[in-house]
Amino acid sequence: MKKKMLSSLVGLAAVGLLVGCGNKSAETDSSVQRIGILQYMEHKSLDKAREGFIAELKDEGYEDGKNIKIDSLNSQGDQANLKSMSEKLVKEKSDVILTIATPAAISVATETTDIPIIFTAVTDAVSAGLVDSNEKPGKNITGTSDMVPIDKQTNLLLSIVPDAKTIGIIYNSSEENSVIQAKLAKEAIEKKGVKVKESTVTSTNDVQQVMTALAGEVDGVYIPTDNTLANTMETVGEIARNKKLPIVTGSAEDVKVGALATYGLDYEKLGRQTGKLAVKILKGEAKPADLAVDTPTDLDLVVNEDMAKALGIDPSTIK
Amino acid sequence: MDIIISSVSQGFLWSIMAIGVYLTYRILDVADLTAEASFPLGAAISASQIVSGTSPLIATIMGLGGGLLAGLVSGLLHTKLKIPALLAGILTMTGLYSVNLRIMGQANVSLLGKKTVMRLFNDLGMTNQIATLIVGVIASLIVILFLFLFFRTAIGLAIHATGDNNAMSEANGINTDNMKIIGYMISNGLIALSGALMAQSNGYADISMGIGTIVIGLASVIISEVLFKDVSFVKRLCLIILGSIIYRFIISFVLYLGVAPTDLKLFSAIILTICLSSPLIKNKLNRKKK
Repeated sequence: MKKKMLSSLVGLAAVGLLVGCGNKSAETDSSVQRIGILQYMEHKSLDKAREGFIAELKDEGYEDGKNIKIDSLNSQGDQANLKSMSEKLVKEKSDVILTIATPAAISVATETTDIPIIFTAVTDAVSAGLVDSNEKPGKNITGTSDMVPIDKQTNLLLSIVPDAKTIGIIYNSSEENSVIQAKLAKEAIEKKGVKVKESTVTSTNDVQQVMTALAGEVDGVYIPTDNTLANTMETVGEIARNKKLPIVTGSAEDVKVGALATYGLDYEKLGRQTGKLAVKILKGEAKPADLAVDTPTDLDLVVNEDMAKALGIDPSTIK
Repeated sequence: MDIIISSVSQGFLWSIMAIGVYLTYRILDVADLTAEASFPLGAAISASQIVSGTSPLIATIMGLGGGLLAGLVSGLLHTKLKIPALLAGILTMTGLYSVNLRIMGQANVSLLGKKTVMRLFNDLGMTNQIATLIVGVIASLIVILFLFLFFRTAIGLAIHATGDNNAMSEANGINTDNMKIIGYMISNGLIALSGALMAQSNGYADISMGIGTIVIGLASVIISEVLFKDVSFVKRLCLIILGSIIYRFIISFVLYLGVAPTDLKLFSAIILTICLSSPLIKNKLNRKKK
């Protein structure tokens, strides 16, 4: 028994020693600024936001390994890891921490009220309690929102099917961002005197069945920027193709795979906007409390021409 | 040093969940998957209560209460409807997903700037991590004290007996169904309590925070059993805390190694496998020496 205790203690100590050494070698001179990045999960849009952020810093003269050190973490959607990673970035005295997606932002904001935090891919920073207001954040945190102009997107859909009686909205009811967007989309469509039929899924397994049922009852479908639907967009696109059903989505990525069109936001550009905020803070020109939350500026009309032809729509008429 | 404080502070909070898992898994001898939903249930109840202005302590206790009810449901399904334990847990877990969403009203409830149990200590000038540590130590000590006293009562002893030998207990006039139900309730109550505290420490409750909790719980229990075999009940509970801390330490260690984010889960799995298989390897080495 004692032997066992001893051996496990020795093991622990050895690991501790290793970690201790690791930390020491990572500590460099103070001229190098540390940038921590915490991404909530692996996802095309979120990855692009991170890449855009790093590219913007580089363009502004902040390059990893030269005058900044970037520590990029990804919690893979695991809540327990999110906490450990937030603590790590805070303890390592990052000069700025970039958080990608709402849970990551809240997690880091819980750990520190001093270190400047920049978020991106957060839809509603006010309701998440991250900022006091979008104009005047007020705390150590600011960033960019990925809220898309939903009314612009729904108008696009209605212009494609001008005689539509009912429009379907499909999303995952357990994704907070989707719920917010679906509500806005519903309001925008009903304002135009068109009925809305909402369908929700809880996992990728439900999508095929729910979408098939919905497709039979509506004249067009709106899909918000929803992770579950994004991952099953090919299935959704196939059903739409068979039923000759136009789909407008919240994200441009989804259009490439299976939807018809959207006014989409480019996550890489959003990442670059986020990078600009970080540069101001790194240069000491501004504090997060006074930097207004930025919203996407560039929106591109994206049309899936292949899908348009399959639906019998002339791509050039979509605008 | 940071990595140790971080692991210890989180380990205490997770250990309450692990102790809950231990009660069904080892004492009652059933694998109860309700944990995956009672954990976020505790988080959902306490977070939504805190947001609506309830005092954090009461909100936490309400979270625990929710767990007791979840355990009651699984217990009834298992004992009265004779549904196998694994399925009963899955049924409750599935149903609770919708319930949790209803309670929160959305997928993620933020507690930033709200009065949480941790915040009470933050206000005394402590960092979130130290506050988590203090809350974790206090809560887990209360839990162990309660279980120590409870399992010395007639009901506690009967629960023990039921898990050890169901037929014999029944023959001795113990209502084993009721004992199982009580066991389920306490187990899930503790798991929900852990969820409630975890949400307050993390700063949010999230619908998906239950995923993988059963693995974390079992890992903590098994690590403690690998390190120390055959110990008394109270010592076992204390050692589960140690197991839970070691598990967090392993995960933190993997993080600090700086592995690529995509490889994180693989590394965690490998290191855990090494831990879990160590008794077997030790045995083989010992035999060779002899």
